[in-house]
Amino acid sequence: MEPISGIWAYVAMSLKATGIFTVVILVVAYTTLAERRVSAWIQDRRGPNRVGPFGLLQPIADGIKNILKEETLPATASRFFFVLAPILVLVPSMVTFAVIPIAAPLPTPAGVVDMVIADLPIGILYVLAFSSLAVYGVVLGGWASNNKYAFLGGMRASAQMVSYEVALGLSLITVLMMAGNVTLTEIVWQQQQLGMWFAFPLSLAFILFVISAFAETNRLPFDMAEAESELVTGYHTEYSAMKFSAFMISEFGHMVTSSALMATLFLGGWDLPGTWDDAHWYQGQLIAGFAADGSVILANPAWWKTLLTFAGFAAKTGFFLVVYIWVRWTLPRFRYDQVMSLGWKVMLPTALAYVMLIAGTILVLDEIGVPWGFGYGLALTAVSGMATFAFMFALDRGRTITGAAAQRGQRVEVKTTPTATARAGS
Amino acid sequence: MTVFLFYVFAGIAIGASIGVVIARSPVGSLLFMVTALAAIAGTFVLMEAHFLAAVQIIVYAGAIMVLFLFVIMLLNLGHEAQRDLKGGAFAVVSAGLAGAMAGLLALQLRGSEVVAGSGAGAEAIAAANAEYGVVGAIARPLYTTYVVPFEITGILLLVAIVGAVALAKRGEQS
Repeated sequence: MEPISGIWAYVAMSLKATGIFTVVILVVAYTTLAERRVSAWIQDRRGPNRVGPFGLLQPIADGIKNILKEETLPATASRFFFVLAPILVLVPSMVTFAVIPIAAPLPTPAGVVDMVIADLPIGILYVLAFSSLAVYGVVLGGWASNNKYAFLGGMRASAQMVSYEVALGLSLITVLMMAGNVTLTEIVWQQQQLGMWFAFPLSLAFILFVISAFAETNRLPFDMAEAESELVTGYHTEYSAMKFSAFMISEFGHMVTSSALMATLFLGGWDLPGTWDDAHWYQGQLIAGFAADGSVILANPAWWKTLLTFAGFAAKTGFFLVVYIWVRWTLPRFRYDQVMSLGWKVMLPTALAYVMLIAGTILVLDEIGVPWGFGYGLALTAVSGMATFAFMFALDRGRTITGAAAQRGQRVEVKTTPTATARAGS
Repeated sequence: MTVFLFYVFAGIAIGASIGVVIARSPVGSLLFMVTALAAIAGTFVLMEAHFLAAVQIIVYAGAIMVLFLFVIMLLNLGHEAQRDLKGGAFAVVSAGLAGAMAGLLALQLRGSEVVAGSGAGAEAIAAANAEYGVVGAIARPLYTTYVVPFEITGILLLVAIVGAVALAKRGEQS
């Protein structure tokens, strides 16, 4: 099969760009509804269920409400930066999806179409570049409002995002070492070749990445920039109507993108178990793998494979979206100093040590000539499993995972009043 | 097309750099600086240096300038009511120096033409990119031919970090 070319390549490109963008916006709209419904479910309420069946038209009603509302501009705000901030925060959250492959290549009469908007040679670095620019919108919004709460929110956001970007980047390095390339299509392909998703051989990187992604998207338990119990709503306190909506859309857009990214990096992207759907461009051919003698096995793309793998990708992304919402309504917010000390004193050293460990293991495995495949993955899984266990054990300090029953002997005596002690003694 | 885009990015970079100097508030200067860095990243992409472009955005625009912004906000500078930047004689001297620099550059570059995306250098880069990938094309010489200067740079950065920590600690004790 030939890759699509000529005029049809442009047609396919425009269709993909508009299609994927529309789907992302729709998913963002319905994630806001899902958040409210799931939160209601967790708190034993009903949630919005009046607009349309099961409240399904609620995002549309919210959109109309926000467009019709009055745009306010605080008297002391810096007008230009105040308007610029929501734009600066919205754009990065929307463009990062462009490099994420969403399904197996689709065969058409004109040629095979890759199901990714732009398979850039810098792949994941493009995502990092744009997500690192998103912080400007948050910080400027807080600063331009000329409001103490908004200002504190913006300050917190800048410090937090810079801190967690380091851990995020370091946990990514292990994935790049395994894949040997930075493009996301190559990362998916190497997971297919390994016969194992990177969540297993790189389990600790997976955990560190998820934690950092929560911090980067400013979601609970890391939503220090908003922290409504301390800062009203933080950096967007002074915003209303569509400008406020832009901040919300970008927050959910970041959630969708980082969910898709976690699915791609650690859960195989669109890959489904088995080798029937494997496909990758290699020297101008779409191959499914290599035979024992080194010759290529040609892939056999089909529309139903594209459809099924897209469903798999959507399920994985949806899983992480649910986890985002689930965590938000389960965990309390960190204190600001706790966020900082977790980032610099726990995440950064752990990620650094883990990069060394994985690099060493890969070097040993390559030196003794283990072929890239399932056994290679199992060896790394064992090493990573031990590292993950040690990390969890150290973080837990015998509290949650070990359980209270196992550590009765080390329980700290609580100082009680004489009456309470007497009562307990009797 | 490449040449046209080069002029677009170069124009933005020059315009934004002028903006850095003449903006009234430090926050405005900073945003112009970010724009200039992004435009230079664009010219890197035109020269097939994708990795450099990404690193330019991640490190300079995404980390260092955010710290600048953090400091500007921490000192609470830059609200429109006041002018924090120096003017007068300072501005005249800097304009003169900048003009002299631009003149020297123009003298040096006179007669050369834009070769972004073509020529022998571009072909070598394209070949390296095709063989090792855009990251490998940088990494390979960095870790083989230039490994000693690279490590020395690393030690320099380490010294800077240790120095920063030492300064912060000293302030804490006194």
